[in-house]
Amino acid sequence: MSSAKIEVIEKYCKGCAICAEFCPTQVLEMDAFVVKVAKPEACIACMQCELRCPDFAIKVHKD
Amino acid sequence: MSYDYDKWLRPGKLPHIWCPGCGHGIVMKGLIRALDICGLEKKNTAIVSGIGCASRLPGYIDANTLHTAHGRAAAFATGVKMAKPEMTVICCGGDGDGTAIGGNHFIHACRRNIDMTYVLMNNHIYGMTGGQFSPCTPTGAKASTTPYGNPDPIFDISKLAIGAGATFVARTTAFHATQIDKLIAEGIKHKGMAIIEVVDDCPTTYGRRNKFRSVIDMMKVLKETAVPVAAAAKMTADQLEGKILTGVLYKEDKPEYCEQYAKVIAKAQGA
Repeated sequence: MSSAKIEVIEKYCKGCAICAEFCPTQVLEMDAFVVKVAKPEACIACMQCELRCPDFAIKVHKD
Repeated sequence: MSYDYDKWLRPGKLPHIWCPGCGHGIVMKGLIRALDICGLEKKNTAIVSGIGCASRLPGYIDANTLHTAHGRAAAFATGVKMAKPEMTVICCGGDGDGTAIGGNHFIHACRRNIDMTYVLMNNHIYGMTGGQFSPCTPTGAKASTTPYGNPDPIFDISKLAIGAGATFVARTTAFHATQIDKLIAEGIKHKGMAIIEVVDDCPTTYGRRNKFRSVIDMMKVLKETAVPVAAAAKMTADQLEGKILTGVLYKEDKPEYCEQYAKVIAKAQGA
């Protein structure tokens, strides 16, 4: 169980899917052209999605 | 905690103009983290660019920014640095802007060893103008102006910079996001001309013409072809065929241009 919360800013997301592809625990999935947080409980707060998102569309909040 | 990029971004400018999956956004985030690593202030930071997709970058950053003529980023940046040597000057641009149209300014800025950092995003193509081939389009690759494959050999930007006299030369890729900020920060701290080549992806005008089915394919190629310089030292020439060497490729200390020019001024004034 993770205490991290992933925030997706949908109006910035362009659906490139880089975040979903390189997430080590498959937390993210593509829903048409926007990413959605499919398995929030699997998040290990590695920050890879936030780091790789070219569009400033993902923020990972952890305690 | 999520990284606070907002303090370096001009309000209301996002979403940016870059295509889905374009690596320029990843480089911009790396640059912002590097500005924080170096503890820079907005009033003492100047970011200069030419024309092109990559050159739109300064428009999003809330500092002193200049969006100049095509290929002339290094020339304008030299002017800024000469007028205000206390400022941190960062250039950014693409491969076409930096090594073709601005090739002359690029090599002479390297030769002078003026204290600035040039972040060169090499996406192998002229993206904004419609996918014409650049000096960094790989031999055999297709562009809108080379529909049967590019016959030209490429520029190796890092070797060009070393040959021209730059004193800090490093390379990374858009996939290696954590390395981007470290290398740019190292370049900013270096006294002299620092070239940071970021091998980037252009899914729209390069990828779709060259059998990359998606952005992910391009990112995977960047991941797989990058070899750190330390690992490359133990590899043979055959093993290194088609690979991209990453990390700090060259570093030396040489007299910096603004300091040398200040001596000329002092001498002329009879000091």
